[in-house]
Amino acid sequence: MTAAIGISAVRKTFPGAEHPALAGVSLDIAENEFFTLLGPSGCGKTTLLRIIAGFETPDAGELRLGGVAMGTTPPNKRSVNTVFQSYALFPHMSVAANIAFALEMLGRPRDAIRARVAEVMRLLRLEGLGDRRPNQLSGGQQQRVALGRALASAPKVLLLDEPLSALDLKLRRDMQIELKRLQAETGITFVFVTHDQEEALTMSNRIAVMRGGAVMQVGGPAEIYDRPADLFVADFIGEANLMPAVLVDRKGPQGRFRLTGSDALVVANDAGTIGVGEPAMLMVRPERIGLGPLNAAPCDVGVIALRVDALAYSGSDLMLHGALADGTRLRARLSGAAAGDAAVGDTVELIVPPDAVRVYRP
Amino acid sequence: MKRERAPRLMTGAGVVAALTFAFLYLPIVTLVALSFNANDLTTIWGGFSPKWYGVVVANDDILRATRNSLIVAGTASLAGTAASLAAALGLAGAGRWERTLAEGLLALPLLVPEIVTAVALLLTFVIVGFPLGLTSVIIAHTVFCIPFAYYPIRSRLAALDPALMEAASDLYASPWQRFMRIELPLLAPGVLAGALLAFISSLGDFVITYFVAGPGATTLPVYIYGMIRVGVTPEVNALTAILLFVTIAVITVAFLLGQRPETDQNGGIES
Repeated sequence: MTAAIGISAVRKTFPGAEHPALAGVSLDIAENEFFTLLGPSGCGKTTLLRIIAGFETPDAGELRLGGVAMGTTPPNKRSVNTVFQSYALFPHMSVAANIAFALEMLGRPRDAIRARVAEVMRLLRLEGLGDRRPNQLSGGQQQRVALGRALASAPKVLLLDEPLSALDLKLRRDMQIELKRLQAETGITFVFVTHDQEEALTMSNRIAVMRGGAVMQVGGPAEIYDRPADLFVADFIGEANLMPAVLVDRKGPQGRFRLTGSDALVVANDAGTIGVGEPAMLMVRPERIGLGPLNAAPCDVGVIALRVDALAYSGSDLMLHGALADGTRLRARLSGAAAGDAAVGDTVELIVPPDAVRVYRP
Repeated sequence: MKRERAPRLMTGAGVVAALTFAFLYLPIVTLVALSFNANDLTTIWGGFSPKWYGVVVANDDILRATRNSLIVAGTASLAGTAASLAAALGLAGAGRWERTLAEGLLALPLLVPEIVTAVALLLTFVIVGFPLGLTSVIIAHTVFCIPFAYYPIRSRLAALDPALMEAASDLYASPWQRFMRIELPLLAPGVLAGALLAFISSLGDFVITYFVAGPGATTLPVYIYGMIRVGVTPEVNALTAILLFVTIAVITVAFLLGQRPETDQNGGIES
């Protein structure tokens, strides 16, 4: 099966810019996929989206849509529609006219346009708003009109450029679910751009994490969260405890590390290519850390003594904060713990399971 | 505590302001008042009467001059606005340096002494052997209509979200469809305001017209000048007052169009 979008070795440098916006990006996005480009601002995710839409032309490399090389094909000749960050609704047209625009440009018959506009307005729960102007709508309604306008012609690919960033938290959550529903119902390939890692994890089939114009890792949400390819991805996605350490000994792939910040020993099931005596950076997600006592833990499991300097109790879980001797900060999220299980000033024993530890070269 | 004296709080500031406004507007108010003078003698008040407006409307020469003025102002402002729209759209995509240069050259006719433009145009017409008449006046007026129309269009264009044009292309509009359906309707208030400013500046122009108008191409300001040489009559007062009223009305419309926010422009354009 040909990919809905094939991107190979795409490069782009804007005139006058010091660094390339895209420094050789290759990606295959499958049909019917909810694919997210995730990264901090300036990582090139929006530039990549604009290249797919046809607003920018790559300096080198190739873009294929449905197996066809796009070259310099203008945006109006691509079966790709965009939901803009600013929505870009036509202010001089009614909601219905905005939604009908693409169909009119494609020269569809009037009756078909009317029927499709009604269908799209139903799909996006915009019934009764057809005669309104965009400036008479709330932010959430404008967002849905922008979506409806882009979906009306049933494009093969829908591009979404941080479409939820202008909405407040509650509306944002609702729209996340709404977008998932729309994608499932329409079967259209969604390419979603965001800098919000939580949003990316919740919504996507696959995520490409970008930085400095390059793709750092591509994978499903669980893979990206659980097995980050490098320290940048580990730190950017979710919460990460990063601990400098030195490999003490190893047994096959398993390695035993001594933390630089304390004398504690931590065992990792996969120590990678680190040799004995070499430094490494260990990463553990806060929710994978458990609370002692020491004698309850098997002997080849890492145990770290931590003096708690802050506590955050949020009902469902208890977050412990503390620092090791060298200032390395540690966080442990204890789910199901009671508020009284630890107190500020206590020294607690933290248990780090060997399968939760990821090892990187510093 | 000693109060600091800001310049605008100084004694007499109000008086100076009042005198300034009197200096600016008293002559115009006097003109309008005397245009309603019933007396044949311009400067002696003989009671209120609109009769001079009747005299103006009944004067065939004035009607002919009015017709000429409207033809010139209408054609020149239309041509100037079309050229300005093209310039604004073209320069929006140009580099910063080219754009500054081009805009400076466009604005120059506003700054060059009018008499210079007038003599230069006359010279040009004579050299190329272009006959002086209504057409030469229209061409000359188009020259200074362009800068008047350019700036309102340009500021409107600068306020447009570029994503709107991208959205139109994205939704399968060809460049021409995008222009007709999105760009032009959104620019319309600026285009109209520019056209009205150009129209007014053409309607009131005297110096350039006086130089390049041939026989039979007398416009209103040129005709009024001819009347004044015989003496200031109440008829002249009424005629100039009419010109004033038309100007105020048109400028007001142009100003209101310029004030319209981008999100609330739906007048006249049905989607």
